[in-house]
Parts: sequence; C-alpha cells; structure tokens
Amino acid sequence: MNKATFLEELRNGLSGLSQEDINERIAFYAEMIDDRMEEGYSEEEAVAGIGSVSRIVSQAIADTPPIKSVPEPVTSKRSLRGGEIALLILGFPLWFPLLAAFGAVVLSLYIVVWVLIIALWVIEISLWVGTLGGLAAAVVDYVQGFPLAGTAMVGAALFCAGLALFLLFGCIAASKGIVWLTKKTGLWLKNRLTGKENTSK
Amino acid sequence: MDAQLKRGLLEVCVLAAIKNADSYGYKIIKDLKPYIELSESTLYTILKRLENAKLLTVRSAEHDGRLRKYYHITQKGLQRIDAFKTEWKEVISLYQFVIKEDSYE
Repeated sequence: MNKATFLEELRNGLSGLSQEDINERIAFYAEMIDDRMEEGYSEEEAVAGIGSVSRIVSQAIADTPPIKSVPEPVTSKRSLRGGEIALLILGFPLWFPLLAAFGAVVLSLYIVVWVLIIALWVIEISLWVGTLGGLAAAVVDYVQGFPLAGTAMVGAALFCAGLALFLLFGCIAASKGIVWLTKKTGLWLKNRLTGKENTSK
Repeated sequence: MDAQLKRGLLEVCVLAAIKNADSYGYKIIKDLKPYIELSESTLYTILKRLENAKLLTVRSAEHDGRLRKYYHITQKGLQRIDAFKTEWKEVISLYQFVIKEDSYE
C-alpha cells in the first residue's frame, strides 16, 4: 500500500472523530512514513512498518472519550439550535406578554411592600409631630391661663411619644427586612442571569 | 503487566527520551527500541496525553521541505521524571524484600 492510500483509508476509518483530531492524527502518521522513507525504507515498507489501519483506528477510538467520538453535528453545544431560535421567534407573541405580566405582578407586589413601609414611617413622623405639637400647645395653654387644657395637651403629647417610640422598632425592623429581601432577590437574579450556582443561602 | 502501570511507565520513558534534547516521533520510537517496542499509535496517545498534562510542548519545524513536530520537555515533565525515580526506589526495595522472602522457601 502506498502512503496516499494508507492515509486515505485512515481518514475514512477515523471519520467519527472531530475534523481537528483527524487532521492531527493524519499529520502524525504522514510524518512517521516520511521519516521511515528518509531512513532508506521504500514507501511500501514504510507504510507496512506503521501497522494496520484497523489497529490504529481501534486505538484512536479507545483513546477518545465517548462525547468526542460521535460525529460533529451531534455533539451537544450550549448555543441554541436553529429550531429553538425559530420557536423562540414564533412564540414571541405568546411568551413575551406572559413574561411581561409576570414581571409586572412581581414588581407591583414589591412596590406594595415598599409603600407599606413608607406609610409606617409617615405614621412614625406624624406621631413625633403630634408630640411636639402637643407640647407646644400645652405651653401656649399654660401661658394663656388654661392649666387644665395644658395638662390634657401634655397627656396627649406623652401618648403620641409613647406610640412613636413603640412604632420606631417596627419601622426599623420592617425596613431592614425589605433591604435584606432586595439584596437576596438581586443576588438570586444575578446568579440566574450569569448562570452561576446560587451559593448565597 | 498491569495496563495502568505500563501506561505510567511508558509516559516516563517518552519523557526521558526527550529530556536531554527535543525529539520527534520516529526518533523517540527508535531511541526506545532497545528497551521497549512502542507502536506509532501508542506513541501518539502518550504524546497527546503528556501534551494535555503540560508535561511537554510541541512545535513544528521545517525539515527537508516538510514540517516535522518536535517535542520539548517542560519543567513539569522534568519533575515527573524525578518523582518517578523516587517512587521506584521504594518499588525496588519492596521487590528485593519479596525476592528475599521467596528464596527461603
């Protein structure tokens, strides 16, 4: 067998491997034959010295991990295939509104939570305003000679201050909670989008 | 011989064949011939594995109007040879123990 026939048979035998792998192997055996011929062997002898094509092919298959030995088009790649892209485009009128609606619901729920917290803070501030207003009114009452009304105002101011203090803890806890939730959700979304494992637990 | 063991030994033999100077496929086979018969397909597998493990590097150079691949041992490859020498000192002393115990029978 001459060199060209041997390499052709080898190329056919290796056809299950990737093109790059085949070319590399062919170059290796071509070099081996050339080196033998350079040493004085005839082309036929040089080819015979390499061994049979079937032995080389079975060794190549044994070396190759299963995923590499399947023909190129079947190798699974992470990029989208033509059919999937077509399906995505055709399905756009269906999946986009659904996705948008889902996003809007999630967003509005999130806004509702924030609004509740803002409302809590508004109540907190108004209670402090009430305290200060009550005290100011009490001073005015005492100065103008209405001690009874003044005392009632002091009572009302103390009541407001008590409620405000009590509510302050609730406001702080709720704010911390929503900030924590935002961070967690943001991290989860980021991990999902970048394809990383969600390690934050 | 155990296939795994033989594979490891052949890898070190190929590394030793390129230790002192860069070499090419056919020369490696010829240099190893007095010690072990190595087929081209086995050599290809070993060279590929050593290259992937970064124990050697490959360069193509022109020779007589064609390209020939030359293999060059890396620092990691040299370390592998040293590790082999240390490991095999232990193997040889174990071998001597086995031979000694066997001869008492």
